[in-house]
Parts: sequence; C-alpha cells; structure tokens
Amino acid sequence: MIIAVASGKGGTGKTTVAVALSLAGSEPVIYADCDVEEPNGSIFLRPEVACTEKVLVEVPKIDEEKCTSCGKCARFCQFNALVSLGTPPLVFPELCHSCGGCEIVCPAGAISWKKVPVGEITLGKSDGGRISVIQGKLDVGSSLAPPVIRQVKSYIADDALTVIDCPPGTSCPVIESLGDADYVLLVTEPTPFGLHDLKLAVETVRVLGLPFSVVINRFDEGDSGVEDYCLEESIHVTARIPHRREMAEAYSKGGNLFDAIPEMRALFEGIPRIIERGVEEK
Amino acid sequence: MKEIVVISGKGGTGKTSITGCFAALAENAILADCDVDAADLHMLLAPEVTKKTDFISGNEAIIREDDCTGCGICMEKCKFNAIEITAEGKYRVDPFGCEGCMVCVEVCPVKAIDFPPNHCGEWYYSHTRFGPMVHARLGIAQENSGKLVSTVRREAAAKAEELKKDLIIVDGPPGIGCPVIASITGASLLVVVTEPTISGKHDMKRVLELAKHFSVPALVIVNKWDINPGMTAEIEKETLLGDAYPIGRIPYDRAFTAAQINGRTLVEETTGTAVENITTIWEQVCRKLK
Ligand code: SF4
Ligand code: SF4
Ligand code: SF4
Ligand code: SF4
Repeated sequence: MIIAVASGKGGTGKTTVAVALSLAGSEPVIYADCDVEEPNGSIFLRPEVACTEKVLVEVPKIDEEKCTSCGKCARFCQFNALVSLGTPPLVFPELCHSCGGCEIVCPAGAISWKKVPVGEITLGKSDGGRISVIQGKLDVGSSLAPPVIRQVKSYIADDALTVIDCPPGTSCPVIESLGDADYVLLVTEPTPFGLHDLKLAVETVRVLGLPFSVVINRFDEGDSGVEDYCLEESIHVTARIPHRREMAEAYSKGGNLFDAIPEMRALFEGIPRIIERGVEEK
Repeated sequence: MKEIVVISGKGGTGKTSITGCFAALAENAILADCDVDAADLHMLLAPEVTKKTDFISGNEAIIREDDCTGCGICMEKCKFNAIEITAEGKYRVDPFGCEGCMVCVEVCPVKAIDFPPNHCGEWYYSHTRFGPMVHARLGIAQENSGKLVSTVRREAAAKAEELKKDLIIVDGPPGIGCPVIASITGASLLVVVTEPTISGKHDMKRVLELAKHFSVPALVIVNKWDINPGMTAEIEKETLLGDAYPIGRIPYDRAFTAAQINGRTLVEETTGTAVENITTIWEQVCRKLK
C-alpha cells in the first residue's frame, strides 16, 4: 500500500509525519522522498547509502550537416526550447520537456538525442535494513522536478508499505508524486495559513479522487479554524500532534517525533492498518 | 526600480509573515505574491481586487471520440503516459498527465485530437492598506506555475513604472524548482528566511547555490533563532561561505501566529524584540539596495 504524505503549505511537519510513519512499525517499509527540491527525510532517517545514480533526461542534439535550417522543430516546440533564426536551431536544454516532438517533425532527420543530468537518486537502508530510503534530489539550477520524481517512484514495490514524502503545493510536482498513491495524509497546522493551504490540498486530492484524511500538527496552538473546517466537510482527523518545545528542539537537531514525544508511537504504528481497512472497505 | 524577493527554500520558516512586515514598513512599494501555488500573503494584507485576469498558458490535448479510429499511435508516442484506454475501450487524455507537448496532435493520422488553450489560473491587481499588490492563483493540478510567476512579476513591474514606485517586494515560492527560478532571475536582491534546524540549513544552502547560479545577491535572516542558538551560528557561518550575508536574527514569537489569526502583520500586532529586529533588518535591506 502506498501512503502519500502531503501538505498545501511547506513547514507544517509533513516530513516529520512521513518519517514517524516509517519508523513506527516493525514491518519492512519504503520511504520515498519525492520532495526533490528540498529532500529532508534522510536528515532524520540517516540511511546507510548503498548507491547513487544520476537522473538523466534526453534533449535534442542537432546534426548541423543534415539540418536545412527550416525551423520546423522550433515552431513545433511548445516549450520554447529550440530557437531557429534561419540557422540550425539553438537548444535550451533547461526548457526541454523531452517530448520527442522535434525529432518527429524534422524532415531532414537531423535530430538525435543526448542525455543531460537533472538530479540524483540515492538508495539506502535505515533502522537495521528495515526501512529502504529512496531520495530524489533535483540539481540546483534545474527546473525539472517531475523526471526526478518519476525515477524515485520507479523504485516503489507494490507489495511493501510505502510512504511518499510529497513536495508542498498543488501543482505538477505534487500531482506527479500523488500518481500511484492509495491514500493521502494531509498534514496541516491550526493557523489561517495552514487552513487556507489545507483547503487547496483537499481540493487537489478530491480532483484526483484519492481517499484522504488530515493530521493536525501543533494542534494545541493557533485557532480552531482547521478543526471546524474538517468537521463541516466530514474530513477525518487521523492524528493530532501536540506542540512541545522538545519537538522543535529535537527537530532542529535531526531528531524524530518519538525522540520528543514517545507516546505518539503507538498511534502511528496503527495508522497503516487503519488506512488499509478503510481503503479495502471502499 | 529595485525588486526584492523573499524566499526560504524550506516552507514554514515565516517567509510570508516577514514579507508582510516588509510591506508594512516600506514606503512607496508595489507588493507581489509569487507563491502562486499556495499564496498566503493576501491573508495578512486583505487586498481588494480591482482587476481580475484569466491566465491562459499552454494547451491541452483532447481526443474527439467520434473521429478517433483507435489506432493507438498517440498512446505509443506520448512520452508522459498521459493517454489511456477507458473501460469502454476509448482512447482518452488524462488532463493531469498531459504536459501539452502537442506530439499526439502531430502524429494522429486522422487529426482527431484538439488542442485548445489551457486556462491555468487567474491573476489579480489589488489595493491594500500598504499599497498596490499583484497576486495570482494557479488552478488546482495545473502546470505552468513558472509562467504565472513571470506574469505576476511583469505586471508588478509595469504597475511600478506607471505609478512611479521605486520598489517591488515579492513573496517568493518555496523550493528551488521552476517557480523559484522564475521568481529570482534578474531580481535586485534576495532575502532568504531560514530557521535554525538541520533541514533549514540544508535547504538554505541549496537556495544560496541557486542565487549564485543566477548571480542574484542574497541576504539571510534566521527566524526563531533561539530554538537552537548553536545552529543559528552555524547557519550564519554557512551564509558567508555561500557568498551571502547574514543580516539578522528574529526570536521565536507566538505573536506571529496571533497576528496571522488577526489578519495583521506582526509590526501592526505588537511591539517587542521580534518587531525591533525586523525593523532593523528592513533598514539594512534598504541600505543594501542603495
Ligand atoms: S523534445 Fe520536445 S520539448 Fe524538447 S526541444 Fe524537442 S520539441 Fe521541444
Ligand atoms: S526541423 Fe530539422 S532540419 Fe528543420 S531546423 Fe529543425 S533540425 Fe534543422
Ligand atoms: S499533448 Fe503531449 S503530453 Fe499531452 S497527451 Fe498529447 S502527447 Fe501526451
Ligand atoms: S492517434 Fe488519433 S486515431 Fe489513433 S488512437 Fe490516437 S486519437 Fe485515435
């Protein structure tokens, strides 16, 4: 089963929850860090790294001997990654989505492909080998998070419990990360910003038709807006994490939720089973 | 005209609250919210929208069922696996998977695929108690957040020109991906708001690398610095190593949440150390801009 942990707004404790879910049980689990712009799960899971690999995408290479400078490829490209001014086209690899269209339209067969790196995948093991940690990391200066996320997801095995740490927001990287999820936990905090961004996240998972529930972090701070909203919308609140200064301190040093609040472990251990039962009933 | 962009790498460091304070402290500025994915600045500034514009960007493929012969070529050529066969055996484009590359339109032998422009969101021109504001909302599950960010920045610059304002204050998006790149390229100055945690430090380093990559000067604020004074000192050291300057610390203060609940910026909500620190930081930012 694949549980995605997401939040509209960053900094609500999404990684804390995803890490806690991975640490709580005694079954094998895959932790997949799809927050590839700022992957932070490894700070808390401290995996022993087994291997790393580059994420490569294909961008066009123009054979200037064959190219007739007709400009068809540049006119076709929807992402302005090719510019031709009566010359063989210039390629802007950072804009290319690797759709393959330019090669299809080129009448001269002048386009072939070359691979360029956009990120890196790290595979490791944590908690004595029980937790497989897959981390995707976008190269600084690259804007192509989705291919890195796709490669992280290619390591997910169907049978194992998988926890996906999603990027924040509601746009393409999140949609990519939520792709194969069976269930979504939306992490929020009880503040006006938290509520506003939770509503966007709820709209997103509803549009995608995914079952979900909410985790309220620092539930005893802030106001009652999030609780009222969940009640009105009949959204289940799976967990409420109290605000503790120890938590902020533990987090700042790379400690996990159970280092600060050990009594939360039993609750998190039960979450995958509760979710599984819920999903099966549907 | 100068443009300051406030970013954070990691979410939840207090970036928007601090941008709100800057908006309150600045004189003669245009405000812009480029966190189009999860825009929150309007909750502090209560903008009155005076003009709303649709944001159309890119196109979306749609198969006309009646004309489709079911040859499957489009599905084979779509690099994004966005074309699926429905339970009824029809070919269909998954709107969330489609990147609008037009390859299917090109390869369909019977031209059965339409390619209408995509309505991805809206952007707004508004009045706030601190001056004009440009902001936007990206539609749910939409692409092109980078282009919407560019639109917001362009419109803010045009307004600044028109109203003879000499400063634009931008609330930037989290992360280091396409909307962030769109927010910072060509800006006068970046203000990075971080927090003294390992994640905060880690993410700040990536943001500073990005700033360097695009040659934008950067200043760093450590918010909630007293949560971990040792880490704060480390971050300030890293800042200098990353070719940026630490310009101040702000203590952890529950009044940030209270201000948010009251729909006010911190400088309007209260007085005290945090407000004093922010005011000093703002003066320094202005000095750096000169
Ligand atoms: S592969 Fe697609 S996006 Fe890349 S240059 Fe060719 S047409 Fe443009
Ligand atoms: S379509 Fe082919 S021949 Fe024409 S400009 Fe592009 S690469 Fe050259
Ligand atoms: S436009 Fe591109 S991404 Fe969309 S369905 Fe067609 S081939 Fe696939
Ligand atoms: S290529 Fe055209 S005709 Fe063939 S399956 Fe796709 S839409 Fe239908």
